This record gives sequence, structure tokens and C-alpha cells, in this order.
Amino acid sequence: MAAAIGRRPGEPRRVAYLYILPAVLVFGLFILFPLIRTAQFSLYEWNGLGASSWAGFQNYRDVFTEPQLRGAFVHALVLVVFYAVVPVLLGLLLAATMSRAVLRGLGFFRVVLFLPQVIPMVVVAIAWRQIYEPNGPLNDLLRSVGLGALARPWLGDYTWALPSVGIVGTWVGTGLCLVLFLAGMSRIPRELYEAARLDGAGPFREFRAITLPSLRGELAVALTLTVIAALKTFDLVYVMTSGGPGTETTVPSYQVYNNAFLLGRVGTATALAIVLTLVVFVATVLINRVGERGQR
Amino acid sequence: MISRGERLGNYAVLALFAVIAVYPVLLILQTALSNDQIGGGGSFHWENFADAWDQGHFGSYLRTSVIVAVLVVGLSTLLSILAGYAFGTMRFRGSEVIFYLILLGIMVPAEALVIALYFDLRELGLTNTLVAIVMPQVAQSTAFGTFWMRAYFRGSSREVIEAARIDGAGHWATLWRILVPMGRPALTTMIVLVFMWTWNEFLIPLIMATDESLRTAPLGLAFFQGQYTSGTALLAAGATLVALPVVVLYLFLQRHFIRGMVEGAVK
Repeated sequence: MAAAIGRRPGEPRRVAYLYILPAVLVFGLFILFPLIRTAQFSLYEWNGLGASSWAGFQNYRDVFTEPQLRGAFVHALVLVVFYAVVPVLLGLLLAATMSRAVLRGLGFFRVVLFLPQVIPMVVVAIAWRQIYEPNGPLNDLLRSVGLGALARPWLGDYTWALPSVGIVGTWVGTGLCLVLFLAGMSRIPRELYEAARLDGAGPFREFRAITLPSLRGELAVALTLTVIAALKTFDLVYVMTSGGPGTETTVPSYQVYNNAFLLGRVGTATALAIVLTLVVFVATVLINRVGERGQR
Repeated sequence: MISRGERLGNYAVLALFAVIAVYPVLLILQTALSNDQIGGGGSFHWENFADAWDQGHFGSYLRTSVIVAVLVVGLSTLLSILAGYAFGTMRFRGSEVIFYLILLGIMVPAEALVIALYFDLRELGLTNTLVAIVMPQVAQSTAFGTFWMRAYFRGSSREVIEAARIDGAGHWATLWRILVPMGRPALTTMIVLVFMWTWNEFLIPLIMATDESLRTAPLGLAFFQGQYTSGTALLAAGATLVALPVVVLYLFLQRHFIRGMVEGAVK
């Protein structure tokens, strides 16, 4: 049937609609429509069961004024430092120090360093919970090097719980950044470095003039993946701390879930989800703008 | 060109980071093989895996995960190939607008969909069904897959398509007999990524599945962890079982995982 139609040149114009129909249908039903409904829900006050009442922008006002909800965004910002800023800086530093060498066996290291990216977050959370336990490996290590005074139940500590969750993000992100940057560096022509050295450039100038500009694309990819992962953190917090102690480790995603299903504040939860979506959008666009500008 | 000392130093730094990367994984494995009961002998306790499978219900969780993964990967791959083909090789009115709408959809986090979806599906009596767990993920993966396959079809050679047409192949035959077999690498990367995302997904099944019989593997693991004190051999054995399929696939197809995540960073 199709063969007969396809022979005419330029024909596949109307048939294109048939090809995209299933995808558009599923997209409309399960992304576009729920997104619009989420926006609609966010303008009402509703406990998920009874009647709902019009709330206007009150839910959004709550998101920005309620200390617990605002706090979730502050925590997300802290996590961005641990998930994205630290891994990118570490990755750049390491890649820069290795830039002069042609290393063999990089394939093996690439496989191992990238591994944390593919393991389910729930499994990662369980492994790190064990590391942070009062009698877990971390405290054992501290005690064995004479720093026993620093040992503590990390995830139950008001000051240290959030950084402890953040460190897990650093663990997940650093390998990714290192793999990306090493791959990027291997494409930079060695002659550039030799020429720079003949001109008397030191390692720092070398890095700023050659390495950094050549890695713009990789930098954008690394930041996109890690920043979004930080902003959308959910599994890790759900399994490791449930937002505690107190509300020290709540994040936007966790508050969305918490408000919608545990506190019966569907309007607040959806308003929060919309704000989170906008933050993710803006972050993605900004990061990729910067990345593109560098490539030209 | 570089000194031996510097080369060794580089390897030392890489090795240090490699050790840090695998340490939590090895810790889980070691705990999974350790002795849970006081007084039991032997050094490797493989029976922990059997116990997790039966007593911990991980057999059932993994079965649900396999069903969900097969459905999501199968459906989204099919829809992505069809849509990507149209967007990549055909010209039609509205194609730009629709494509960019889908591209925006890739960035929408699941948090902004699942709550409204949960309450609307509850109206229809569809929560706590495979449909509720599978279809939102099919939609998200199709959005990504359409973007991914469009790039492949755009890059596929025009001469090949022209030649197929001259040989009398219609657009349907050209797609399935020529372009899809030629696009094996691109397809493999997409399938591997979608499988990983589906297998590791937590939020959607958490909200949609209230029955234990519909719990996916990560979800079952999280509930198991909440029920018992952590750090037990059984929990670690369960965690190992949950991570195993993705990790094994990764070891065989690591290039696809890395390339896919780098090039698909829009998600």
C-alpha cells in the first residue's frame, strides 16, 4: 500500500502526520495535558479529596514566603555547589594537570569513573547511608587517623546532613566531568601547547588561553547534566534522610511529594512543581547559551 | 616529552579517583556476601541473594521492573522511529512548531506532571495499574527519542533515500528495510539510555503504584530499606540485584552509555 504512494516524489508530506500521530498523541496526553493541569491545580487550594477553592496566586506566594518551602530552594542551591561546581572544578583541575601526557589505558579509567552515573540512585543512597553510619567506614577512618573527635552520625547531624548528601552528588558527578574533559582535551592539537610554550606561556596562561576555551562544549554538557541532577534531587533525599533531621535536607522535589501526598496541600505542591520547572528551564537555557557562544 | 615521574603521578591521581568511584559499590557487594546471622560459618554467603529474592520479594520487584522496562523501551522506540523519520526526512506544515514543543517537553521534570496525572488517573480508576507507571515514561522517552532519531535521520545520506526510491521502495519500506538497519548504532544508544532511565526511575512508580505487586525494583528496595534497620546483608543483597542489570549492560555497552548521555544532555 505504502509503496505505491511513496514512488511519487515529494509526496511524503501529508503522510508525515500519520508518522508523528502516535508520538504526538502520547506526548499530548501524558506531558502537555498534565502540565497544563498542574498549572491549573496550582491556582486552587485542595487537599486531594474534598472540594477545592480558588486561591489565585496564594500558593505561589507561599512558595516564596514559607520558610520551609523557600528553604528547600536554598538547599537545592547548596546542592548545586556540591553536584556541579565542585565536580566541574575538580574535573578541570585534574584534566589540566594531565593535559601534557598521552595516557595509555584511559579506556579502563573511563569505564570505572563513569560507573556512578549508571547505578540506580536508590542503590547509591543505600551504599552511602552505610558509609555515614555511626559505626560506618567513614567514622572508622576518622578514628583510625586520630580524628575521632570529628566522628558523628552524619545524616542525623543538623549542620552536616546537607553537606553529607551533597558529597554523594560530588561522588556521582566528578567522574562524569573528568571523563568529559579528558575526552575534550585529547582533541586539542598538541602543537598549540608547544607553540604557547615557545612563546613563554606558563601552565596557568596555557590553561586560560588554550584548554579552557577548547572545553566550552564539554563544560556546557557537564554543567547541564549536573545542575539539573542537583535541582531535581529526590531519590537520594527520600532514601537517605526523608528531608531530616528537622527540615535540614528537604529539597523542592521532596516538598512537592510531601505537600501533595503527606500534607494534603495539592495546590502548594503543584505551584512548587511549576516554579521548579521554570528554574530547570532557565538553568538549561542559560548554560547552553554560554556554551554555544564559546563555540563560535 | 613528559617525565616518567609526571606520568606516574597522573596514573596515581586517576587510580585514586577510580578507587573512590568503586568503593561504595564494593562495600555493598561485601556487605551482601557477609554473614547476617550470629554464629554462621563460612566467608561468602551467597544464600543472601536467594533470601533477598524470596523473603525480600526482590524476585517480584525485578519481574515488575522487567515488564515496565520492556514496555517503555519497546513503545517509545517504535514511536520515536516513526516520529523522528517524519521530522528528519519530510517537510510538512507545522513541523517546526510541533518539534520545538516536543523539545521543550524533554526539559519538563516529572515533578510537574505526576501530581496532576495521579489525580486525573485516579478519577479514571487507572492509578495502581501498569498504564499509570508505563505511559508517562513512554511519553518522556518518546520526547527524547524523537529528538534523537530526528538527528539520525537528518544525518542519513540523501543518496541512500533517493536510491531506495528509484528502486521502487516506498517511504515505509525505505524506513524499515534501509534506514533502520543502517541506524543500528544510533538506535542502540537510544535504547540503552531509555532502558537505564526506566530501570532507575523512582518518582513515577512511587506515586502511581500503591500495591506491593506493582512495585518496581528501586521502589521495592527503598521500602525494604525503610522497613528494616539498614546495613543488613539482605538489604545489600537486594541493592546488588537491583543494580546488576544496568551495571552488566553498562560493562558491555559503555561507549553507548557515555556517548548517549553526553549528546543527549538536553534531558
